[in-house]
Amino acid sequence: MMSQQGTFQVKTGLAQMLKGGVIMDVTTPEQAVIAQEAGAVAVMALERVPADIRAEGGVARMADPVVVQQIMDAVTIPVMAKARIGHFVEAEILQSLGVDYIDESEVLTPADEENHINKHSFTVPFVCGARDLGEALRRISEGAAMIRSKGEAGTGNVVEAVRHTRAVMAQIRLAASMREDELFAFAKELRAPVELVQQVRELGRLPVVNFAAGGIATPADAALMLRLGCDGIFVGSGIFKSDDPARRAKAIVDAAAHYQDAARLAEVSRGIGQAMKGLEISKIPQQELLQVRGW
Amino acid sequence: MVTIGVLALQGAVEEHLAALAGAGCRSREVRCVADLTGLDGLILPGGESTTIGKLLDRYELLEPIRQRAGAGMGVWGTCAGMILLSREVRNALPGQPVLGLMDTVVERNAYGRQVDSFSTELSVACLGPEPVPAVFIRAPRIAECGPEVEVLARFQGEVVAARQGRLLATSFHPELTGDRRWHSYFAQLCGQPVALAC
Repeated sequence: MMSQQGTFQVKTGLAQMLKGGVIMDVTTPEQAVIAQEAGAVAVMALERVPADIRAEGGVARMADPVVVQQIMDAVTIPVMAKARIGHFVEAEILQSLGVDYIDESEVLTPADEENHINKHSFTVPFVCGARDLGEALRRISEGAAMIRSKGEAGTGNVVEAVRHTRAVMAQIRLAASMREDELFAFAKELRAPVELVQQVRELGRLPVVNFAAGGIATPADAALMLRLGCDGIFVGSGIFKSDDPARRAKAIVDAAAHYQDAARLAEVSRGIGQAMKGLEISKIPQQELLQVRGW
Repeated sequence: MVTIGVLALQGAVEEHLAALAGAGCRSREVRCVADLTGLDGLILPGGESTTIGKLLDRYELLEPIRQRAGAGMGVWGTCAGMILLSREVRNALPGQPVLGLMDTVVERNAYGRQVDSFSTELSVACLGPEPVPAVFIRAPRIAECGPEVEVLARFQGEVVAARQGRLLATSFHPELTGDRRWHSYFAQLCGQPVALAC
């Protein structure tokens, strides 16, 4: 019988298997092993975590294939990697390396200020950031098989992830409450295809898995995002910029598994060392915000 | 009517709950030992097998599930769940905890990475003549079966679905398709008197 690779069902399927889990940013094989040991469902292979990209400035690009390959060789769980917005050649390179998911990410310096990657033309699935429902649906229409909040990466401050997730969830509730003949104008307002808005209305959720990302630093942050309706968590700088990465990583995994149980959350939050110091969003110059990248 | 639990530590939990509802079963999420009480069957969903195994171990659920299965509770593992059910895992993480209930040797990530994941159709005699859709995501497969294991489906000659008494293992994800025959089959298995199923 015929078998098909790279279908949308196969792409979204892997994201469905990651639900309830924690995906961790790592820059070395050693960090990847710590993440896997803690119970991460996947790792994101990077050259620098967002906090360092923010601190060092300059153009941030796809990681050196050597770094990605070493991390793929070090762990048996899925490995993701980031490509610049619109940089379809970086994405083709990552696909040829065999990464399991590509993040077309605003954390890297955009390569195209008008167009995102046509993600339909790839076998590997993509995850993309969004700040509201319209942005999420535009990415899905381009072929994204998974969405995450943008938040404000590298800050250790969850406030922007909360803002973006609440915006998406509120707009989903709005769509679900609309008459069918109101969806056309709403789709226009969202700048999103009406077919996808109709799907959101029927499902009462995004048609793909929706994770939280950007500024998550503690087990409580992770549980907060799951309580707000996210399907899982990305932790970027929050783990390897903390005092005790192995313990914090494990505590965040535990928090994701028991996000509704305050007593367990108290237990796992106990004595895990200092979280990363973090940044107040209002202290970041407007032109240095990462979340405004993407269109 | 049987009650089927879905292990809800990580993975495609909602998808199985929806499929169980579609197959007319009562269902419940299982996060701790108390949630196992009164279950006729338990589904170990797809997810990351190393993560779910570690959490089962950390929350001391391995032994209670083994005991309940020994007392007749059905257990169905899809993908990661198939790995957790097996007695031996190839390409495992060193020390990766498993339940070891089925007399099978399972090869993890047997079809390669995500770019190699695929969907297909299988012919499965116990589900009727219509082919069954099957989605394989970084899927495992059964490399060796003990004498009490009945092979239910093969793909390109390799075993991708098997049963041992009330234990069921599938490499693929019936919960991602609209076909409810696997869920009905498992519910039926869990509802049978113990002597018949074994």
